[in-house]
Amino acid sequence: MFGTRGHGGIFTFNRNDGYFEALVRGYRAGILTQADYANLIQCDALEDMKLHLAQTDYGDFLANEPSPLHTTTIAEKCLERLVNEFVHIRNQAVEPLATFLDYITYGYMIDNVVLLITGTLHDRDVTELIEKCHPLGFFKSMATLSAVHSVAELYNTVLIDTPLAPYIQNCLLEEELDEMNIEVIRNTLYKAYLEDFYNYCKELGGETEMIMSDILQFEADRRAINITINSFGTELTKDDRELLYPNFGVLYPEGTSKLAKTDDIDQVKEILNAYVAYRDIISDTSAEKSLEDAFFEYEVKLNKMAFQTQFGYGVFYSYIKLREQEIRNIVWIAECISQQMKSKVNQFIPIF
Amino acid sequence: MADPGVIWGSTFFLVTLNPRIWAGLGVGLAMGMSGIGAAWGFAIIGTSMLGASVRVPRISSKHLISIIFCEAVAIFGIISGLVILSRIGNNVVEPPTPTDFKSSYILFASGVTAGICGIVSGLSVGVVGSGCALADAMNGSLFVKLLVIEIFASALALFGLISAMLLTTKASVDM
Repeated sequence: MFGTRGHGGIFTFNRNDGYFEALVRGYRAGILTQADYANLIQCDALEDMKLHLAQTDYGDFLANEPSPLHTTTIAEKCLERLVNEFVHIRNQAVEPLATFLDYITYGYMIDNVVLLITGTLHDRDVTELIEKCHPLGFFKSMATLSAVHSVAELYNTVLIDTPLAPYIQNCLLEEELDEMNIEVIRNTLYKAYLEDFYNYCKELGGETEMIMSDILQFEADRRAINITINSFGTELTKDDRELLYPNFGVLYPEGTSKLAKTDDIDQVKEILNAYVAYRDIISDTSAEKSLEDAFFEYEVKLNKMAFQTQFGYGVFYSYIKLREQEIRNIVWIAECISQQMKSKVNQFIPIF
Repeated sequence: MADPGVIWGSTFFLVTLNPRIWAGLGVGLAMGMSGIGAAWGFAIIGTSMLGASVRVPRISSKHLISIIFCEAVAIFGIISGLVILSRIGNNVVEPPTPTDFKSSYILFASGVTAGICGIVSGLSVGVVGSGCALADAMNGSLFVKLLVIEIFASALALFGLISAMLLTTKASVDM
């Protein structure tokens, strides 16, 4: 009612965060619907897509682009728009919404760090790499990542000034940074980040906890399943694999300990049959719909539920994830159109 | 003056205070608590309405009705206060007679009734109005239905006013 330690309840939430929640709900109303996708599918060229998008909330965002449009340009501009909306809210938010929005950006920061290190290992130019980074995950010491060669250096010179510093504690044992270890480092950082975010949402309590705990638990389980499937045939030992699973989620602890011992994908499917939600997801896959698509679809379903309640922070997180899914959809449709593969154009995931 | 009895007895506080304090408190609480409820309701509705009207400007004028309901809560508070006030006269017989005690306590009770009804009604109108603004921004046909809920919420303050008025008729005139 009056709110737990975190944000306000039904009587006090609006004082600090009511305006932003209403603003995000306005943004959400502009997410493309089935009717918009039906228009986009019928386009024959990217210029037609630009015309149709101009009639949605996107407006004239592609107006200044030079004439042969590329799908990468469309994706960049859509992302830029999303980032502007996020930054607009983040700049005005106060605690605890400010911390919550920061937590959303840490995931992108981890991706950027790994991207820069991998690029450095392949001797790419730092400025070129920084342009490819996700804009929501910028932090100040990004350029210094080119001088990093070991994990200890990574921590001491770069990460210690970023909010990612506490997440690297579990992988300070690694010495060298090479192809294999980079993935392990990425997954360790992400595991620590997810656990931290989950605990923070529990602290906030109320509606936020109710919505975010489901979403984050699914995220943890999805990471566990993907790590398992991707590690078949690599040098990652089973013990190391188990260390990378987040320690929360529907699959934790029994499911993850079983997953750690599997050797092929049929065993994985057998384990997941015990969990109703994942059994449905796996049975939903087919030749046209990969496991990843099924996961995306389930994620969209969970994120849509955040908008059913009021006075919680779930709407901010869910709006960003739904927009990202929309950008993936637009890019898929654009690629199908530009490569003349209209038969596959219906394989996007509808949101509303 | 009534015999105070044992000094730490349970009625010492009540019988040694001049009962007209309670009558004054009744007036104050009726107006004050209704004001708190109305203000809280304004705060809850206002932010949601403004945020939602960024994308959907048409709601900014329609939802002034929710604001009017909140204002009505405050007005009921003033009316209750005035009704209670009209019973307080210039009679200052000392020591206070038993009738004075009874009338004062009744006026205090009626003030508290109006006040508490005002707070809860203001809060209720606020929360419902906030939801109404957000729902109307998504789907315009929901406005009238949610407005009916707000009317009922606003009626709570009206009940408080009526109860207060009925209670004050039990207090003697020109107390």
